[in-house]
Amino acid sequence: MIALSDYLIFGAILFIISMAGIFLNRKNVIVLLMAIELLLLAVNTNLVAFSHFHNDVTGQIFVFFILTVAAAEAAIGLAIIVLVFRKRKSINVDDLGTLKG
Amino acid sequence: MTFELFIFYFLAGVACISGVMMITIKDPVKAALWLVLAFIATAGVWITAQAEFLGLVLILVYVGAVMVLFLFVVMMLDINLSIIKEGFTQYLPIGTMVVLSIAAMMYMVLGPENFGLEVTGAPVMHPADYSNTKAIGLQLYTVHAYAFILAAVLLLLGIVAAIALSLRRRPTGEVLYQDIDKQVKTQASDRFKMVKMKSEFEEPIKPKEEEDK
Repeated sequence: MIALSDYLIFGAILFIISMAGIFLNRKNVIVLLMAIELLLLAVNTNLVAFSHFHNDVTGQIFVFFILTVAAAEAAIGLAIIVLVFRKRKSINVDDLGTLKG
Repeated sequence: MTFELFIFYFLAGVACISGVMMITIKDPVKAALWLVLAFIATAGVWITAQAEFLGLVLILVYVGAVMVLFLFVVMMLDINLSIIKEGFTQYLPIGTMVVLSIAAMMYMVLGPENFGLEVTGAPVMHPADYSNTKAIGLQLYTVHAYAFILAAVLLLLGIVAAIALSLRRRPTGEVLYQDIDKQVKTQASDRFKMVKMKSEFEEPIKPKEEEDK
């Protein structure tokens, strides 16, 4: 029998892996976006696990809406990346620091 | 260890390893492929938690649509691979420290002493003919109908925003564009003119024998 803590720790491990990805990949916006997708996946795992253990389907509906929002976010984020690349010929995060002043 | 537990640990291990590979590998295309593997393994984990519909939706929507979109964009952009991992080792020690401390704190809260089987009790196991999709659908189309419609509007907004952002109008002269209004308005009389004139008559050429005489 799989315990609730197993699911929660799995979600936490995925969460910290993707958080480490955001810390470490300072050069590539695409990998940053992928790490955000993995972050959302970890959070969704928690919701699914609690929904399973409470025998309440509302958590799964929440996951459904989070998936919708994440899909829209990925589409718009990639469109922004394409725009940035067209202007600057680079997706290096350090090249995009013009707002620093 | 039961078979169920073995499946869970196997899928969770695959997901974690592919997550680590995704953040450490150099090539963004390979990173996207590792992320696909992480998604598929996590979908399996969700199915062990009896969320069959969401597991399949994760594979269809994420692996099928979002990750293909990622691969599309990665392959379109010309990424300089030589500088892409600069600074990785620079941030590695502090990043690892921060992440490990957060992991320790998370384990203290989420560990077996708070959420173990003895504390939470065993979950309700549904029979084999239980339809997870039906349960979600019944809730989604009644209690959460407004949220469902809002999600549809959000997706429409995503389409409009993505198209509006990436639509490129280059200055005229560099490229020629089709002006549909102008094309529709054009009449036949703008293009050619009917002219009244006498018919042209050409003198017939005289036969050659008369010239010789």
